[in-house]
Amino acid sequence: MQDIIAILRDYGLLLAIGQFPEGPIGGLALTLILALSGLLLSFPLSVLIGVGRISPNPAVARLAAAFVSVVRALPLLMLIFWAYFIVPLIIGQTVSGLTTVIVALVVYETAYLAEVVRAAILALPKGQVEASRSLGLSYVQTMKDIILPQALFNAIPSILNQFISLVKNTSVAYIISVDELTYAAYQVNAQLLTKPVEVYVILAATYFIICFSLNRLVKLVERRIHTSRQAPIAAEAAA
Amino acid sequence: MIVFENVDKWYGTYHALNNVNETIGKGEVVVICGPSGSGKSTLIRTVNRLEPIQKGRITIDGRDVNGADVNVNALRSGIGFVFQQFNLFPHLSVVRNVMLAPMRVHKVPEKTARETAMDLLDKVGLAHKADEFPPRLSGGQQQRVAIARALAMKPPVMLFDEPTSALDPELVGEVLNVMKQLASEGMTMLCVTHEMGFAREVADRVIFMDGGAVLERAAPEDFFQRPQHPRARKFVADIRH
Ligand SMILES: Nc1ncnc2c1ncn2[C@@H]1O[C@H](COP(=O)(O)OP(=O)(O)OP(=O)(O)O)[C@@H](O)[C@H]1O
Ligand SMILES: [Mg+2]
Repeated sequence: MQDIIAILRDYGLLLAIGQFPEGPIGGLALTLILALSGLLLSFPLSVLIGVGRISPNPAVARLAAAFVSVVRALPLLMLIFWAYFIVPLIIGQTVSGLTTVIVALVVYETAYLAEVVRAAILALPKGQVEASRSLGLSYVQTMKDIILPQALFNAIPSILNQFISLVKNTSVAYIISVDELTYAAYQVNAQLLTKPVEVYVILAATYFIICFSLNRLVKLVERRIHTSRQAPIAAEAAA
Repeated sequence: MIVFENVDKWYGTYHALNNVNETIGKGEVVVICGPSGSGKSTLIRTVNRLEPIQKGRITIDGRDVNGADVNVNALRSGIGFVFQQFNLFPHLSVVRNVMLAPMRVHKVPEKTARETAMDLLDKVGLAHKADEFPPRLSGGQQQRVAIARALAMKPPVMLFDEPTSALDPELVGEVLNVMKQLASEGMTMLCVTHEMGFAREVADRVIFMDGGAVLERAAPEDFFQRPQHPRARKFVADIRH
């Protein structure tokens, strides 16, 4: 325990924010930045792909489904390798490790979030689309004004859950030396040499505290959403 | 104004509509009844193309509903449709439910849309609920909002698919009253309903369906007093218990 406190005293700031403000930001702060930008950038893409999955246009639906099933069949680590080697080839210049990781996380997360979006749309009563189309609203208007606002609101807990797994998944950035929390801990361990258990206990505890708190938040939000909207008429089942 | 000519529809191999021929004149109120699964919903859903047909023709004022040149959104915006389950948009306030289609489809300015919506809500007796959200209304109130929402597009025709079947008995009257008022104002209405009182009071005609076919058409009084077809007789006896 004393060792842990000593490590935290000496390296706590490094683990929390990296070299910042003298050098680049790192540690836990970078982990959260990676997860947050991964979520924010993948969100609009996942709405497009999720809607595409259930598009009445079979070509669009098949393309979106292919993207989802390919990405979901690959380990995240492999996407990082791909982004690491392929992105520079495509754009013709080297990219930073940070960009590489964000590209990989966005591609990966888009596939999973798209499924969340799709499920949320399919969970809405069929009558919503019918009522909207019967009023003369187009397919696009129906999606934008009727379906997505409801589906995305209902999906908030699932989206937060995706964020939690994203926080954990950022740890693979360590493989290409991006200085997020896991890599920072790895370096601290390399300097200390004799205290791997203590260092990795700190690492595990940090992930645990973040993800556990986020989990509690999800539960809270779930309850809020549940009470803010009673079930949309039990009679639906009788239809 | 609505004409069905030799209309056939299949769901896969199931023959859901069998050679339907009907004419509904302008201003007429026609009630469709028949046992569960007889094809009543299917029939009225073909009018605004919620269901495609495989044979025959449906025209509204001479225009083929399924014609290749018909813009489906424009077609539907001129046909009010009221569902058994109301299908209000739960994320929009009552007045927004009514304003949405005029604003999106007819590009009516928000202010005008709101005024029209408030007039319609007033007409169905729910102006005081304008800013409520639909899940907080009773079923009867929701259905009246749904009627106001359909009327906001100023459709010359209204279709009703069992508008009172999902309601508690004490809430049926308020919805039927709104429908009766519409009928008295000359609205062309095609209503799937088993409300005998409503049919007798306002319908010009009752159409009886079974097995996807129209088996009988008669004035309401005749239909309920002297049904001719054996299956119509059984049906009338059943709904009277
Ligand atoms: N989408 C569908 N796919 C396959 N079969 C269907 C579909 N919709 C309806 N049917 C079938 O077509 C028949 C007619 O259905 P419809 O809903 O028109 O009956 P209904 O007269 O409105 O009955 P109810 O009084 O129960 O509402 C039924 O046998 C039904 O099972
Ligand atoms: Mg029906």
